[in-house]
Amino acid sequence: MNATTNALAAIGAWTLDRIRDIGDAARFFVRLSLRAVPALGRYRLLRDQIHFVGNYSVVIIVVSGLFVGFVLGLQGYYTLQRYGSEQALGLLVALSLVRELGPVVTALLFAGRAGTSLTAEIGLMKAGEQLSAMEMMAVDPLSRVIAPRFVAGIVAMPVLAALFSAVGIIGGYIVGVQLIGIDEGAFWAQMQGGVDVWNDVGNGVIKSFVFGIAVTFIALRTGYEASPTPEGVARATTKTVVTASLAVLALDFIMTALMFSGS
Amino acid sequence: MQSKTIDIWVGLFVIAGIAALLFLALKAGNLASFSTDSTYRVTARFDNIGGLKPRAPVKAAGVVIGRVAAIRFDDKTYNAVADIDLQSQYKFPKDSSAKILTSGLLGEQYLGLEAGGDPTMLANNDRITNTQSAIVLENLIGQFLFNKAAEGSSDSKDKQ
Repeated sequence: MNATTNALAAIGAWTLDRIRDIGDAARFFVRLSLRAVPALGRYRLLRDQIHFVGNYSVVIIVVSGLFVGFVLGLQGYYTLQRYGSEQALGLLVALSLVRELGPVVTALLFAGRAGTSLTAEIGLMKAGEQLSAMEMMAVDPLSRVIAPRFVAGIVAMPVLAALFSAVGIIGGYIVGVQLIGIDEGAFWAQMQGGVDVWNDVGNGVIKSFVFGIAVTFIALRTGYEASPTPEGVARATTKTVVTASLAVLALDFIMTALMFSGS
Repeated sequence: MQSKTIDIWVGLFVIAGIAALLFLALKAGNLASFSTDSTYRVTARFDNIGGLKPRAPVKAAGVVIGRVAAIRFDDKTYNAVADIDLQSQYKFPKDSSAKILTSGLLGEQYLGLEAGGDPTMLANNDRITNTQSAIVLENLIGQFLFNKAAEGSSDSKDKQ
């Protein structure tokens, strides 16, 4: 009897904990969003953060995009040539990059490259009581430290995703046209015939925008809520990658179902 | 680092992003083929539109001259009505005929327009009366089997 009540209590406590966590995250999100608009005016803070989050991620994004494009070109050609439609390789590469791989892979890399550093930075600031010190000086750490990083992540993510897709298409072109020898005209013409600017490219940009919000928010909140110890920061960094990646994949499924289920 | 250098790097980052988007829109997407020229709207009724979709190309002699704007169902006549946007620079006779064709064996369907001989030209909101529906493979096979069966039975009667 006692074991049953204990188990019930554990389930109840767990559920209440999760609900409290969701509510907490929602309140943090609202507070952060309210401070994100004034943060747009703090030019220097914003510029430094975009530089840190965006520019330093360019290399990994471009290199990954290029290789994803190569692999898509090779694998796509292998399947398509069985049906004699290797001309459609350009379309296959462009659609899979613009709709799915561009935003999703960029968001996953972004979570690993930029999200972790944001979490660790905020977590260490908290551990070193810098955030409390700011509060003592009547400086709101949320608008001075967190909000500029939030805005920078939202700005950088669509830029990086667009770079990823563009470089990936070039990678597919290099493998498909230069190496395998598909007709260049057919490669681009099929691509242009099948990729719609608003439905495909536009929805890809919307996706990357949403992922930017999700990944940056998760990274910042995890850092902000980290327990101020070395282990706490380490755990928070790991949690950022896991939570952000899962959130990106779940959001991607929902958005794909909403955006592309019609066609 | 000097603040000027950071400015330049962030500027380059943003410009690279815009360039990538332009590349996606112009080179990979169909923004370049979006005709900004004016179009005129005609409608055509079909018994069956098959797999024709909105934004499918309208071709004459293989050249794209317009797009299918919308496809509706008319519950008075039980026909499908396709709205077609043709580019204003191309004029077609009033008795031109529209056919639903397939590009290649498994390709997507498009609308083929064949010019007629009428001296008056199609104008805005005109209707193309001369239409040919999409070929439905099941009906075709059904017809073929039916004909075969009819032939078979007449053969066996001849022998008796």
